Amino acid sequence: MPENHTPAPTSEVAVQITGLTRKFGDLAAVDRVTLAIDRSKIFGLIGPNGAGKSTLIKMLTTLLPPSSGSATVAGFDIVKQPSEVRRHIGYVPQLLSADGSLTGYENLLLSTRLYGVARAERKQRIKGALERMGLAQVAHRLVGQYSGGMIRRLEIAQCLLHRPAVLFLDEPTVGLDPSAREAVWDRILELRNRFQRTMIVTSHHMDEIDEFCDRVALIDHGRIVADGTPSELKAKIAPSATLDDVFVHLVGTSDEAQTREGYGEVRRTRRAEHEHG
Amino acid sequence: MVKSGEPAVPSMSTAERYFGWTIGNYATQTFAVAAAEVQKLYHDPLELLTRAVQPVLWLMLFGEVMARVRGVAPGNIPYIDFLAAGILAQSALFVAIFYGISAIWERDLGVLQRYLVSPAPRTALVVGKALSAGVRALSQALIVYFLALFLGVGIDLHPQNILGAAAIIVLGSGLFSTLSLIIACIVRTRERFMGIGQVLTMPIFFASNAIYPLSLMPPWLSVVSHVNPLTYEVDALRALMLVRGTSDYGLPVDFGVLFITSIVLISIAGRMYRRMGY
Repeated sequence: MPENHTPAPTSEVAVQITGLTRKFGDLAAVDRVTLAIDRSKIFGLIGPNGAGKSTLIKMLTTLLPPSSGSATVAGFDIVKQPSEVRRHIGYVPQLLSADGSLTGYENLLLSTRLYGVARAERKQRIKGALERMGLAQVAHRLVGQYSGGMIRRLEIAQCLLHRPAVLFLDEPTVGLDPSAREAVWDRILELRNRFQRTMIVTSHHMDEIDEFCDRVALIDHGRIVADGTPSELKAKIAPSATLDDVFVHLVGTSDEAQTREGYGEVRRTRRAEHEHG
Repeated sequence: MVKSGEPAVPSMSTAERYFGWTIGNYATQTFAVAAAEVQKLYHDPLELLTRAVQPVLWLMLFGEVMARVRGVAPGNIPYIDFLAAGILAQSALFVAIFYGISAIWERDLGVLQRYLVSPAPRTALVVGKALSAGVRALSQALIVYFLALFLGVGIDLHPQNILGAAAIIVLGSGLFSTLSLIIACIVRTRERFMGIGQVLTMPIFFASNAIYPLSLMPPWLSVVSHVNPLTYEVDALRALMLVRGTSDYGLPVDFGVLFITSIVLISIAGRMYRRMGY
């Protein structure tokens, strides 16, 4: 179908982060992070709970202002041009972002309206998104009755209706069974391969990150401690190392690392899993 | 949705980019939030009925007894008529003042972040929430109107009066729901909000002309009631809803007070709402 698109940005970098810092009191949740994320790549962000992944994503999605440093997303400054950034990104948070008391169709309609998709195009884009995500059959059912995998796919669909250049997916497979996880990853790969979207994905499943991400950054105590392709990171540890080994090697298994996540984090994760499962 | 031959980074059409900043889009985004609320009510209408219990009790228990006390209502209005407009405002107030809870609930779930990462102006989201509260309050108003008719209250059924009353109810609920949203942004947990909501509703309700005229109040309380927006909401509703009702301050003053207070609260809430995403 004919589409009127603005010229693609010439830059090969979709996200440029320079010295980005966010402090909560004395604690630097994100500490002078510098990263460049290439266009049309799947970028994995890994690290223990409380390491700063979510804080970093919240800053890049303009939900949280940085304490210092800067970043551009899809060519727009997150501090100076927040509404331009919002227009060009999609964000699938770790928590629920689809409304359970609306139908799938209504959720998508809400998104097209919030993102200013022209009225004439709304129906067609929603129909396309529902088919692509395998939700056409359940479009008019309340999302409260969806399975976890269906909710996740709907949430991804919600974020694609305005054709964002950069998509942030915060633990998109948390609480999903293996086949639902695979279905979600299939869509993510298709978005890169067919539509050249840039995706920043966090996950605790190292096997997923290893298999699907083009590049990985490991963040701990708010700092990037490793950055490279999955094979580069593995090769640094041992010839036969897995990404799990990389994680353990760099972060450690101490109780100190384990206890950082805290009650609030556990509560959120468990509830998200409960709601999705 | 999209075919594979399209440009490398699909982006917005120039029209979308341009229209992103128009009033039309602001209205659409505001409407989107309120429309979602209407759809929710459509899916679960039972909630409206459960909320209708309270105004029924006020009118049928409190109202029937107080109607026997002479001299409460001013002029020649029967007390039950006087009370009906007050209870109409009260039921709208109760819907609105706990509206902030849903914002906290949405924040905890994650649904709120979805609104905050959208390009919709923050005030459009706040006005959308205010309209949502107005929609709920209107459904309450319908029940109170029917109940009042059943109790023999002299209801003015002229279309312009009904529309005027509807406008006042939407405006009043929008005002108090925005106040509620501001409180939600400050207290941030449901437990704390419940406490504050209870503490707020009592003085707003009793320090107003909802169930007795200001002339019965001691001077200090009368002063407090004069700065209470609910007083102006009730005043306008008495004039619009009742055949024998009159406004003490005049409808333009009532509308003006409610409108200006709403604008001030919406601009404050627009600044605070973004902090809910932290």
